Amino acid sequence: MNDMTAPDFTLATPQTEPFVRVEDLRVKFVSRDATVRAVNGISFDLERGKVLCVIGESGSGKSVMMRSLLRLHPKNRTVIEGTMRVGDHDIAGVSDRAMIDLRGSLISMVFQEPMTALDPLYTVGDQIAETVRRHEGVSKEAAWARALELLDLVRVPSPERRLKAYPHELSGGLRQRVVIAMALSCRPSLLLADEPTTALDASVQIQILVLLRKIQREMGMSMIFVTHDLGVAAQIADQVAVMYAGRIIEYGEARDVLLSPQHPYTQAMLASTAKDQDRDVPLEAIAGNPPDLRALPDGCSFAPRCKYAGPDCTLTMPPPITDAWGHMARCFKVGIGPAGKLRFDAKIAEPV
Amino acid sequence: MWLYAARRIVLTIPILLGVTIICFALVQIAPGDPIQNLLSPTASAADAARLRAAYGLDQPLPVQYFIWLGKVMVGDLGMSIANNTPVTGEVLHAFMNTIVIALISVVLAFVISMIFGIIAAYRSGKLVDKAITAIAVFGISVPPFWLGVIVVIIFAVNLSWLPATGMGASGSENFSYFRWADFKFAIMPIIALALPPLGIMTRTTRSSVAEILNQDFVQTLRAKGLSEAQVIIHAVRNIMPQAVAMLGLQLGYLIGGSVLVETVFTWPGTGYLLNKAVLTRDIPLLQGTILVLATAFVLINLVVDLAQSMIDPRLKRS
Repeated sequence: MNDMTAPDFTLATPQTEPFVRVEDLRVKFVSRDATVRAVNGISFDLERGKVLCVIGESGSGKSVMMRSLLRLHPKNRTVIEGTMRVGDHDIAGVSDRAMIDLRGSLISMVFQEPMTALDPLYTVGDQIAETVRRHEGVSKEAAWARALELLDLVRVPSPERRLKAYPHELSGGLRQRVVIAMALSCRPSLLLADEPTTALDASVQIQILVLLRKIQREMGMSMIFVTHDLGVAAQIADQVAVMYAGRIIEYGEARDVLLSPQHPYTQAMLASTAKDQDRDVPLEAIAGNPPDLRALPDGCSFAPRCKYAGPDCTLTMPPPITDAWGHMARCFKVGIGPAGKLRFDAKIAEPV
Repeated sequence: MWLYAARRIVLTIPILLGVTIICFALVQIAPGDPIQNLLSPTASAADAARLRAAYGLDQPLPVQYFIWLGKVMVGDLGMSIANNTPVTGEVLHAFMNTIVIALISVVLAFVISMIFGIIAAYRSGKLVDKAITAIAVFGISVPPFWLGVIVVIIFAVNLSWLPATGMGASGSENFSYFRWADFKFAIMPIIALALPPLGIMTRTTRSSVAEILNQDFVQTLRAKGLSEAQVIIHAVRNIMPQAVAMLGLQLGYLIGGSVLVETVFTWPGTGYLLNKAVLTRDIPLLQGTILVLATAFVLINLVVDLAQSMIDPRLKRS
């Protein structure tokens, strides 16, 4: 094994605490006109070397949550509450200067849009080497050698030549590989991937996905992977979190959430994907629109669109209900079934 | 790169030819007869005809143009009718005088506007932004000749710190910014010249920095751990193609368009010379001055194009 794939910490004693812990994260964007409550109390744990997939519609707060972990939001307009811990670092509490040091080294991010994620005026090699030099303080030559190694790692063909290329000279798939190489350049322990395959061709999507999964395993990184593609989630996730209106409304092992979803929203979402249906059977779309984050209603945010919702679903937010396997859902009509498993039952009455 | 440069240079030749045609035509279109200005009111029609022939003004226009163009090619812009001196020498002398104040004005305006623009973009909506915007709008809106008169009143008339007019004894050949006897003459013209481009370039820098900071790649730069200072370096490089274009344009204006400022300060530059040539209907002098200025403008734009393509690799392909 080369030095890239053998981080020391894999040899350490088993962790008592999870590697990533987010507790009651709340993010508000405040402007003169309105306050947008993008994230409304998210908690989750992520073990070292595991992949958490975050699924949700556009505007459900997935990307906002990710950017919060890097504190990338404009400071003067954003209010972040709650705790975020990655390794020994208190992300919510460290100084701005310390946060800058953590970006790209402890935590890195791969963005959705490879066409615009790179600076058009710098060569690919410059941009990767810049990251390496920023965190490891090595010579320019060493940084370029490392950049070459990284392009090789992300399977860019003829990497020597590509190092001197400008972003506009590369295809979308190659650019995304470059972005990934840049994110990996300082051996991060946590990789945030914000819909990294959404903007790519279908065939390229699979390649990038396989590559990310492989590198993630080899390097023993934890990864949070945002997507709205359930197929992608099934491919890559250890755990799945389903987000709606800035909250995690269902969470659990990928198998549990994707194969036996219990929250009505997750069920409806899975039902609205094309899988094995016959041609002429129309897909079931979820009626209505996601809620306006400037004026969130009380109670369950999904209730206005939920076909099982009773009159009292809109009074208070349902508390999380978790079974012994860690499968969690926030719905008044979800209980613990006979086998001890989480189970949705439309007959359960919502509390008065 | 070299191919691109060669093509750009070749492309300027027809533009320069067009410039000569327009220069030549402009003066023909203008009303007034220079010969009448030279003659005494009592001179006869025959005297007028003789003088006209002596200056070649009796030839058909196309012939006049080609004769003139042939001479221009070898650097002969004819004789000034008013002074009876070679136009080439007079124009180049004035041109150098203008360069003395125009270049430093535009560089000064550029540097300050970059700093102002970046600060304003970063502190968008804050007090600093509003103050900088106020200065910029003042610079754009205030007529430079009026500003010239005001600074003369303050610094020359009331305070007697600076000379009101002229260029001092050194001329452009021996001019030094570091010699007070020379520099004190240049201060007020430089202020009057620099303020409008300062205003315009501050506004454009502010908006292009704001635009760049909104682009996705800036977030990537921050996400990989670059400090805000390093992000600014990326942003500045990205606005450079636009900024250089603006710089070239403003330099072009200042070299040619400073008629008012140079007249207010009687600075013996091209603007002053143009003014004089127009008032005395000195056609060869007017033509020569316009030609030199227009050529300078075209060449500045060529340099700007080449500089842009060196900064932005995407421009080389097209």
